[in-house]
Amino acid sequence: MATDVDTPPSTAPEAIDAVPLRHPWRWVAAVVIVILVGLFIYGAATNPLYRWPVFAKYFFNERILTGVGITLMLTVTSMVIAIILGVILAVMRLSPNPVFTSVAWVYLWIFRGTPIYVQLAFWGLIPTIYRNIQLGVPFGPRLLEIQLTDPNYFILAMLGLALNEAAYMAEIIRAGISSVPEGQTEASTALGMSWGMTMRRTVLPQAMRVIIPPTGNEVISMLKTTSLVTAVPYSFDLYSIAMREIAAREFEPVPLALVAAAWYLVVTSILMVGQYYLERYYSRGASRKLTSKQLEALAKAQMGEAHP
Amino acid sequence: MTAPMVKAESVCKDFGALKVLKGITLEVEKGQVLVLVGPSGSGKSTFLRCINHLETVTAGRLYVDGELVGYHERGGKLHEMKPKDVAKQRREVGMVFQHFNLFPHRTALENIIEAPLHVKKVKKDEAIERGRDLLKQVGLADKADAYPAQLSGGQQQRVAIARALAMNPKLMLFDEPTSALDPELVGEVLGVMKKLAEEGMTMVVVTHEMGFAREVANELVFMDGGVVVERGAPREVLSNPSHERTKAFLSKVL
Repeated sequence: MATDVDTPPSTAPEAIDAVPLRHPWRWVAAVVIVILVGLFIYGAATNPLYRWPVFAKYFFNERILTGVGITLMLTVTSMVIAIILGVILAVMRLSPNPVFTSVAWVYLWIFRGTPIYVQLAFWGLIPTIYRNIQLGVPFGPRLLEIQLTDPNYFILAMLGLALNEAAYMAEIIRAGISSVPEGQTEASTALGMSWGMTMRRTVLPQAMRVIIPPTGNEVISMLKTTSLVTAVPYSFDLYSIAMREIAAREFEPVPLALVAAAWYLVVTSILMVGQYYLERYYSRGASRKLTSKQLEALAKAQMGEAHP
Repeated sequence: MTAPMVKAESVCKDFGALKVLKGITLEVEKGQVLVLVGPSGSGKSTFLRCINHLETVTAGRLYVDGELVGYHERGGKLHEMKPKDVAKQRREVGMVFQHFNLFPHRTALENIIEAPLHVKKVKKDEAIERGRDLLKQVGLADKADAYPAQLSGGQQQRVAIARALAMNPKLMLFDEPTSALDPELVGEVLGVMKKLAEEGMTMVVVTHEMGFAREVANELVFMDGGVVVERGAPREVLSNPSHERTKAFLSKVL
């Protein structure tokens, strides 16, 4: 037998006003850490061997700024190429076409299986192996000819970084694609979408949520890997200019290493801000949490119910 | 005489050594509602998926609106269809899944206009207008901008039905559309499906909702072990099953 349920009381119960839990040990730990950091900073500031005047003199040095610009250029261009190539490789590896899967597999095998430093050195040697590159019909006319007698080492360095990174990006993107549930592909197929359109419109946008955090990691890692282009040899990036050019000339390795490190840190921080906004964009629809606007509308609707 | 909407001639499907369908023969006339019931593993979902070529048939012939599904028949020999042509066939057939499979990164309205916009190349404002109209039909006019995660299961399934209808299909397939829903929400989805049937949509429905079968279906097919065990008018089969296997199954679900 059902019983009548109590009608809600006319006066709402009092809101809870509890004493919050205290965390004394957090405060102790924080104070100890602040003291230790303070001591280190004091020591570094007063130690003449850090040569802070030299640091200040070179921080905004024109050559250093050029190096920052070129390092950033190398990072961005090679990452863009790597991401595009990585998407292609990942899609090839997952495609139903056996030719595509094997080509992608071999690419990954070679470019992940050899050190980046060796690859960069090899790119520098390409002009000595191939004097010029000709594109055309075999035994027929030539369509394009590139002379490599006076090579552009920036492009070689960029290609070296990009082709290596593409292999890693391909695996990150493949993981992202695999994380999208099968039902999504099925629903798209059932709506008459082609395999390519399903990838582009349904799978990849959802994979982005999984792909972006490790890709941000790769961008930051790439920023620092650019210092290896010295193997090509290319010598206009931040590390080469700071350490191999200025520090060697002035015999001041400590302040110039700090200049280079500080700039790498600045650029990394800017990239992290960019990553935050990208992540926010691609996480739309991922949570059932309502936006503040939607919550407001719901609250209003509830108010309307309570006081007709 | 026009061709039936779905015509299956001893359709078989095996996954390697496992035989899931062992010769299904049935027809669905235009404007009819066929309900497929049976225990899990009986092959009813697999048969449904064969109809829009999500699974390939291994033997027998399956026609939708007089057209062979997934193959061209030339000189007594079957040729695999190009993916493009299969996709074209699928556009004519709407499908609703047990787990809705809405696109989580798109709002309800965006889910609905996705295929008309990009597959059928309908103009954007036309697609939006039709999308809003469909949302109204399934009773969700105010949820156009909600993401699937913000909707209840019943609401999600109704959006999924609207999404399938947006392609103006001539046949709708429902794969246990209410099995993942709270009992309270089942009614709203069945209501939409019933309305659709009354409007003359040809439907093939895999379901455990015998009330729906009794009320809406023209024919009920009971499958078990990859074969059709019994078929007939729903009232007849439900109240007076002739096979032992059907009796045993119905005594458990009714």
